Amino acid sequence: MPRASESTTKPLNVTAALKEAAIAALVAFGLFVLMIGIRTDQGPTGALVLSTRFGVLAAMVAVVFVGRFSIALLWRRTSISITTILPAPIRATALRLVPYAAAAFLAFALLVPILFYSNRYLLGLGTLILTYTMLGFGLNIVVGLAGLLDLGYVAFYAVGAYSYALIAHYFGASFWICLPLAGILAAFAGLLLGFPVLRLRGDYLAIVTLGFGEIIRLILLNWQNLTGGPNGVFAPNPTFFGIPFTAADNGFAARFGLEYSPTHRIVFLYYIILALALLTNWVTLRLRRLPIGRAWEALREDEIACRALGINTTTTKLTAFAMGAMFGGFAGAFFATRQGFISPESFTFGESALVLAIVVLGGMGSQLGVAVAATAMLGAFELFREFEQYRMLVFGGAMVAVMIYRPRGLVSRRTPSVLLHERPARAGETHGETSR
Amino acid sequence: MEYFVQQLINGITLGSIYGLIAIGYTMVYGIIGMINFAHGDIFMVGAFLALIAFLVLVALGISSVPLALFIVLLVSMGLTALYGWTVERIAYRPLRQSFRLAPLISAIGMSIVLQNYVQVAQGARVKPLPPLIHGGYTLFEGNDFAVRLSNIQIIVVVTTLVLMAGFSWLVANTRLGRNMRACEQDLKMAALVGVDVDRTISLTFVIGAALAAVAGLMFLLYYGVIDFFIGFLAGVKAFTAAVLGGIGSLPGAMLGGLLIGLIETMWSAYFSIEYKDVAAFAILIIVLIFLPTGILGRPEIEKV
Repeated sequence: MPRASESTTKPLNVTAALKEAAIAALVAFGLFVLMIGIRTDQGPTGALVLSTRFGVLAAMVAVVFVGRFSIALLWRRTSISITTILPAPIRATALRLVPYAAAAFLAFALLVPILFYSNRYLLGLGTLILTYTMLGFGLNIVVGLAGLLDLGYVAFYAVGAYSYALIAHYFGASFWICLPLAGILAAFAGLLLGFPVLRLRGDYLAIVTLGFGEIIRLILLNWQNLTGGPNGVFAPNPTFFGIPFTAADNGFAARFGLEYSPTHRIVFLYYIILALALLTNWVTLRLRRLPIGRAWEALREDEIACRALGINTTTTKLTAFAMGAMFGGFAGAFFATRQGFISPESFTFGESALVLAIVVLGGMGSQLGVAVAATAMLGAFELFREFEQYRMLVFGGAMVAVMIYRPRGLVSRRTPSVLLHERPARAGETHGETSR
Repeated sequence: MEYFVQQLINGITLGSIYGLIAIGYTMVYGIIGMINFAHGDIFMVGAFLALIAFLVLVALGISSVPLALFIVLLVSMGLTALYGWTVERIAYRPLRQSFRLAPLISAIGMSIVLQNYVQVAQGARVKPLPPLIHGGYTLFEGNDFAVRLSNIQIIVVVTTLVLMAGFSWLVANTRLGRNMRACEQDLKMAALVGVDVDRTISLTFVIGAALAAVAGLMFLLYYGVIDFFIGFLAGVKAFTAAVLGGIGSLPGAMLGGLLIGLIETMWSAYFSIEYKDVAAFAILIIVLIFLPTGILGRPEIEKV
């Protein structure tokens, strides 16, 4: 399959297009002949039996042929971008609206429990999206700001979740005491990971962080005396300043003279995670204006230049890891209290990949982008829940496609942290740092 | 002592499989400097293709096991190489000029695609294959413990050695090998002196995938059971092996593979089987602290 652009230099070259389509169909046949054309299943005796699916195979090869043919014939390679598709006046309006998008997003997030009070499913989904948004914000500090690729971010999420569940289990401490503890413990885990990583070149960093994530998961899985191993551990619900969300006389509903409803707890959880996510966002935006935040971004751009300027790269990297890990820990503690039960199964590499995908698809370093990407991705997951088998396939494909067509992410215009001159008059270009 | 020797044999067998996968990582990293995260899943695809091809041959009535395995080897190498080529063509080549993290993200996406593609196409349940190669030799006995070297272990190690020798020869003596070494040193310069860079990179992926397919077949024969998820752990360990040996170095990949295989086996045998993966990762981290470029990864050593 030669490049699409090569074939479009001569418009409507049918012979060349046919040839390319034939090659593509041949490749597709080779790829699919055994994997799709034949299916293996366990027969009644336990041995594998074969069944053929040549119809599906033929259909897929035909799809590839037709698809490649029409692409070769019609496609002109252009970069797909909202700014090039829309006509100029609309584009200008859209750009002017960008600063307000964040505010609108925030207002909508605040109103969700009121608008959808009766829909517990949507509230749960909103909570889930906010959890991943928060994780995305946390990872954004490490990957987006400091430029350190972390493939094991889920480890800090796990540390936070297990910190809460285990402290609550063994010492009976409440959620509000455990939340900061979970953050602190996760930050220590971040330092623990940070130390060995300090000397590594960026390329090796990825695999060590991935290994760290797996080590944490395996320890949680196998240290049965402490963590309950694969059976997991229960985590208590949070209280509203000591008032539990139960139907009892001292419960939330009775104290405030309301009729008991389990939705109270769900709405409460929603606002907790919203507050946590906003806190993460606010801290990140503030940090970016502090010397340490500037140092992170400088580190991302050029480590050697950083050293030459006298920036202590050791502390810079360690603080980035610790800070990102701390927010991961908060999110983990929240996850534990929301689920009520956690087990190592929730902290696999897939979660790390999902959070990383959110950060990258959102446009690294962009806070609004992270929120948009988390909403889009988890929303799509829920939307296609019926197609359980295929949605991960599409998710992986979407990651590849976004990298190819919009490598800077969905929201690629990030507000510069530092401006040398007066702000230019162009509206929407640098107007304020988005709040969410 | 006897127990130790037995574990040594098992470890070397496992390490050979890791080494074969690690070569794919190390070559790709050497040439285009990207972590081909999907390589572990290419290995898994190779194992599946080998399984299906073998079952088809049995259904067609080929009863001679050596002949069937030879055909299976060729078929799975060829088709897996096609997968390697397609993955490079679709997911990596358009990103050659992109920013540093883009190919890695794309590779993670491709890994997810391959895993779920196999799961959708062949089902999520494990696929057992009855042992095909029986027999072996008892090397020596003592303390009520017989040290055995099974035929399948001999086949795995010998095949690995032959492929390694052949591949080293290819890199050192052929035109393709020269092109690969040129690309490894400087892509732009190689293009200027007339090396077809795109073709060389494609062929690197093809060769890496073919070697991974051999590893997949060996894995299938050695363990007798595969599922769509074997690629992740095997891939991570093989990458660990490549990094441990010094990424970009061919002998390093083999050495790293053997070390990881031995560490894993010894740890399982003498400490605890639950923590064998922890041991492999922990040792990787420790080695990297003291030898950040791996064991053989010095820049002056010729790399592929």
